[in-house]
Amino acid sequence: MATEATKAAGQGGEAVGMPQLDFSTWPNQIFWLLVTLVVIYLLLTRIALPRIGAVLADRKGAITNDLAAAEELKQKALKAEKAYNEALAQARADAAKIVAEARAGIQKDLDAALAKADAQIAAKSAESEGRITEIRDGALAAVTEVAKDTAREIVAALGGKADARSVAAAVTARLKG
Amino acid sequence: MGANRVTTEGESSGFAIHPMDQFVIKPLFGGTEVYWYTVTNVTLWMAIAVLCIAGLLVLGTRRRAIIPSRTQSVAEMIYGFIYNMVEEVTGHDGVKYFPYVMTLFLFILFANLLGLVPTSFTTTSHVAVTVTLALMVFLGVTILGFIRNGIGFLSMFWVSSAPLAVRPILAVIEVISYFVRPVSHSIRLAGNLMAGHAVIKVIAGFASLAVVSPVVVGAVAAIYGLELLVAVVQAYVFTILTCVYLRDAVGGAHH
Repeated sequence: MATEATKAAGQGGEAVGMPQLDFSTWPNQIFWLLVTLVVIYLLLTRIALPRIGAVLADRKGAITNDLAAAEELKQKALKAEKAYNEALAQARADAAKIVAEARAGIQKDLDAALAKADAQIAAKSAESEGRITEIRDGALAAVTEVAKDTAREIVAALGGKADARSVAAAVTARLKG
Repeated sequence: MGANRVTTEGESSGFAIHPMDQFVIKPLFGGTEVYWYTVTNVTLWMAIAVLCIAGLLVLGTRRRAIIPSRTQSVAEMIYGFIYNMVEEVTGHDGVKYFPYVMTLFLFILFANLLGLVPTSFTTTSHVAVTVTLALMVFLGVTILGFIRNGIGFLSMFWVSSAPLAVRPILAVIEVISYFVRPVSHSIRLAGNLMAGHAVIKVIAGFASLAVVSPVVVGAVAAIYGLELLVAVVQAYVFTILTCVYLRDAVGGAHH
């Protein structure tokens, strides 16, 4: 009956009921379905799936390798930075040492120069003091002399008879007082 | 050929909608009898599905690029999607059945999607096809279950966590549900595809009325979008159910 329905469908060109329930076409569909599935299965297992699996594994490997390489480079960079910082610290320390040495040297020179200058100044001032004392003494002596002469002259002018020795003694006593 | 016929009949009778015509199986090279070996529109559209699968998964990946092209990424995405599904649902032991599951998924997906090409033939809208697919899964899982677990495979019907008195009843229910599996598995797929295509055809048939034709165009476009979703979702559903059934056989009793 189903076959007749198919014939009717084929000849009349119109589906009678549901073509799905026309069991005469089932062997045909099942046969071609099995062929199709076998072909797809072979395509997949022989070519597609191993290939895609390999590509995915390759990619995973590549990514893992890249990550490892990146990690390594990062470690290198850290090491380089550490070395740089160490070199920098070393250079700073060296610089500080050189500065300290230079400062010490300059200080020493300065101290020496200062000491020398001080000594010269002291010598000069001592000499000057000596001369000043000399001049003062000379001046005092001159003052005494002038006072004596003046006193004598004054006494003479006043009409007194001046004894040079007593005048001198009187002036000296006055000057001391 | 079918379209011409519908047009002429439509002109003669004014209003002719033949939503089931699209499911008729016809020999490609003349003749009216459909023998098991006859090359029919079923053969044609299954072959096109094979070509599409080969194009995507074989040609698309031929460069084996570390940085994939668009086609290769789609192929890899499908591979990863199904692989993860098999691994997550059936467990690590189930991974060796991945090629079978992949074959089922790709065939159903492409048959569904190709069925949405206008004037094409939807192989998965036929119960013969889906029943064959579902029976392959059912028989495969059952045989595998007995091979892997021996007679212990039957323990999945004996719910040891339930009270002893209830167990025989539960066993009967479990056995019935086990044998209903291939029925629901196959009818779900064929029914969804057939109903969607028939509805599109019926609605499109109303386009011969000039008044409603703008509405019809919108409706057909909307339903087409929905059918696109159904095509992918049904392929997914069939596949994940296959994985769930496979878990019973691979993982032994889970109840």
